[in-house]
This record gives sequence, C-alpha cells and structure tokens, in this order.
Amino acid sequence: MSEGIHFIGPLILAAFLFCVGIYGIIARRNAVLVLMSVELMLNAVNINLVAFNNLRFADSPTVDGQIFALFIIAIAAAEVGVGLAIVLNMFRNRASVNVDDVDLMRW
Amino acid sequence: MSPQEIVFYLIAIATGLSAIATVTSRNLVHAALFLAATLAGIAGVFLVLHADFVALVQLLVYVGAIAILFLFGLMLTRAPIGREALDSQNRGLGAAISLVLFGVLVTLIVEAFGNQPAFPVDGVGVAEIGLALFSRWVFPFEVASMLLLAGLIGAILLSRRESGESGDETPITRIQMSELGPGDDRGELVSTKRDDA
Repeated sequence: MSEGIHFIGPLILAAFLFCVGIYGIIARRNAVLVLMSVELMLNAVNINLVAFNNLRFADSPTVDGQIFALFIIAIAAAEVGVGLAIVLNMFRNRASVNVDDVDLMRW
Repeated sequence: MSPQEIVFYLIAIATGLSAIATVTSRNLVHAALFLAATLAGIAGVFLVLHADFVALVQLLVYVGAIAILFLFGLMLTRAPIGREALDSQNRGLGAAISLVLFGVLVTLIVEAFGNQPAFPVDGVGVAEIGLALFSRWVFPFEVASMLLLAGLIGAILLSRRESGESGDETPITRIQMSELGPGDDRGELVSTKRDDA
C-alpha cells in the first residue's frame, strides 16, 4: 500500500467546483444564489492553493499557499457582507432579487 | 491507493454532490444548507491535506458565519420558491459553458500532472503559519484588516433604512403581495408616509 495522495485528485475537485460555480452564476436568477456560486468558485481556488502548498512543495518550508487561502477567506467574508447589503437594498427598492430585473445600467 | 487517498475521494464525492445540489435545488433554504455542507466538505479536504489551521478557519468563517449570513439574506428577501422563479432561461448555455470548461481543465490537469507520483502529505504547523503571517505577510495582513473594516462600514451604510438629511423621514416602501396573479413574482411597490413620526 502506497503512501501519499496523487496530485490530480484535489486539482480535479477544484476544477469541478469552479465549473459548478460558473453554472450557478449563469443559470440562477436569484441574486443570493449567484453570490453562493461565487463562494463556490472562491473555495475551489482555495483548494488549489492548499494542494499546491502541501503536496507539491511539501519539502520546502514555505507556507505561502496556506496564507493566500487565509487572505481569500477574509476577503470573501467582506465580499459576502457588502454583496448581501446590496441585495437587501435592491429588494427594498424593487421588491425583487431577480438579477434579470436590474438592467438599469445596461446600454 | 493509500488510506489517505480513499478518505480524500469519499470527501470529494460528497462535496461535489452537495455542490451540484447547491446550484440545482429548487428550495432556497435547501440550497443554503447544501452550500454549508459543501463548505464543510472543503474543510475536510483541507484536513486530509494536513492544512489544519486553514480547515478550522474555513469551518469558523464559512460554515459558522457566511452560511448563516446567507440564510439571513434569504429570510429577509422573501424570494419566490420554484424552479421557474429561481433559474433563468439560459440553463442550457450555463451547462454547456461549464461542461466545456471542465473538460478543458481536466485535460490540461491530466496532461500536466497526471504522470506524477503520489506525494507524501506534509503540512507545516500553526507556529510556522503565525510566524510567516506576522513577519513576511504583515503588511497584507494589515491591509486585510482595513478591508474588513471598510466592508463592515459599507455594509452598515448600504443596508440602513434612512437616507438623506438627518431628521428627514423617508417614505417606507411597503410591498403588497396580495393582488398578484400566480405567475407574477415581482410584487408592487407602494410608498406611504410613516404617520406615527
């Protein structure tokens, strides 16, 4: 029985989650669900960063991949806060959270 | 296949299935709960990859805070339930784009890394992460804290009800849902002055 993890497993999982997020962004109409899909895509990137840091560069003492993942988590938290505030404002002004209804700035 | 790999694939399958359920569920609350399950599965992936600290931060921030925030957002917006109300018309386009992109990515990944041997998993401890975060990465750390403060203030400012000059009373937007037909999900805006002020 061999030791360790093959490298392509986490990478393919990350690619899959990213593509699921893209599908959610395109196919959903509810703005909150679009935000959820954005979160899925950010998490896919996090898996990539941690996998590269802990599998590919495991022999070097660097932790930069994990620190990048931590920064992405912090920025995603701020993004969700502001995004949900915008969605609430949109619902308050238009009585709808449908992204197809908010085309005021479309040329 | 090592035992680590078996555990990883089990967690990965559960995570992928709940991710699919997140973007296809017809119930908004179920979608939010499936998102929480997906994020917890990703925390499990981090644990298998020996990234303990990132896994715990993921559990605390995502499952503990962001999923609850999404549930609050869904609760406050009262969105209609149902596939026609939740999904737009370009579902096929989205599926085509994501499938093509997934195919391309998998091809590239297998071609680039497919012949590599299994790497032993070796993560560094929390002490090294703390040392690096407060020595090499201290400036981005402070910038991130300022960003969080700006996000906090911005979210408070955006979601406040009153606007305009202080002392002015803005009209309340009240949503009437009773006169609507079954197909219409837009609601109707009726502005009324608050009379008790």
